[in-house]
Amino acid sequence: MGFTESRDATGVVMVQVEGQLIVGNRQELKELVQALADRGERRILIDFSRTGYIDSSGLGALVSISKRIREMGGELRLAGLNEDLRSLFELTKLDTLFAIAETPQQALASF
Amino acid sequence: MTSPLRLCVRRSPAPDAEGAATLVTVRLPSDIACIEEAVELVTRHCLAGHQATPKTRFRLQVVLSEAIANAIVRGNHEEVGKCVYVRAELFTDVIRVYVTDEGCGFDPSVVPEPIRPEQLDEAGGRGLYLIRKLVDAVQFNEQGNSICMTLRRP
Repeated sequence: MGFTESRDATGVVMVQVEGQLIVGNRQELKELVQALADRGERRILIDFSRTGYIDSSGLGALVSISKRIREMGGELRLAGLNEDLRSLFELTKLDTLFAIAETPQQALASF
Repeated sequence: MTSPLRLCVRRSPAPDAEGAATLVTVRLPSDIACIEEAVELVTRHCLAGHQATPKTRFRLQVVLSEAIANAIVRGNHEEVGKCVYVRAELFTDVIRVYVTDEGCGFDPSVVPEPIRPEQLDEAGGRGLYLIRKLVDAVQFNEQGNSICMTLRRP
């Protein structure tokens, strides 16, 4: 369970969520993205290709992160959600709130 | 390091009066760091010996995580001396999981729907809604400190 940060050639920062995004680690993700924003990063992609499951606290953390990035004039995109993970966003209507791409590559190309 | 979880699994050679052949109980402390391990443990025992689909596994993991987190954070207010009790009754066609905390309970009927447009931007309030959407039936005890979630096996 953890988060891995990388940067592509165009300067987009990608954060990969490995394992679960739940109440026990959502604060860590919020702090990581806040630190990225504080150092001037404005294009952030969160990749869920290696994520098992997300609970409502994890979804809530993504809502907070998205709001914060928008307030700072940045863009947040999500990618790599499998069918089950995507269903959580659809059930909660959060698919209407986030820019969600099928793959990290598609998300990177859309910035 | 010794696990703070206390697991008990009782497998009967024949189903009991209600038809459950296996009973899994887990007691865990009010520590959110224990949730992931408890979820994996209960999920593994609930699905052992059955051909579970990935969707069933996913649903079970999410609702267990939600219910245990609610019990620790909202029920027990993360008080060190209080525990959360998970009891899974395993039937041939159904998994029934109870998650009980030592708090005062709450009234589930007054929890607002989180999918209204004015609620979408809120960080919290989706846990119970997700549980209701992912399982086949949800019941609470009268006090409101114990949730019973029923999943049909595919």
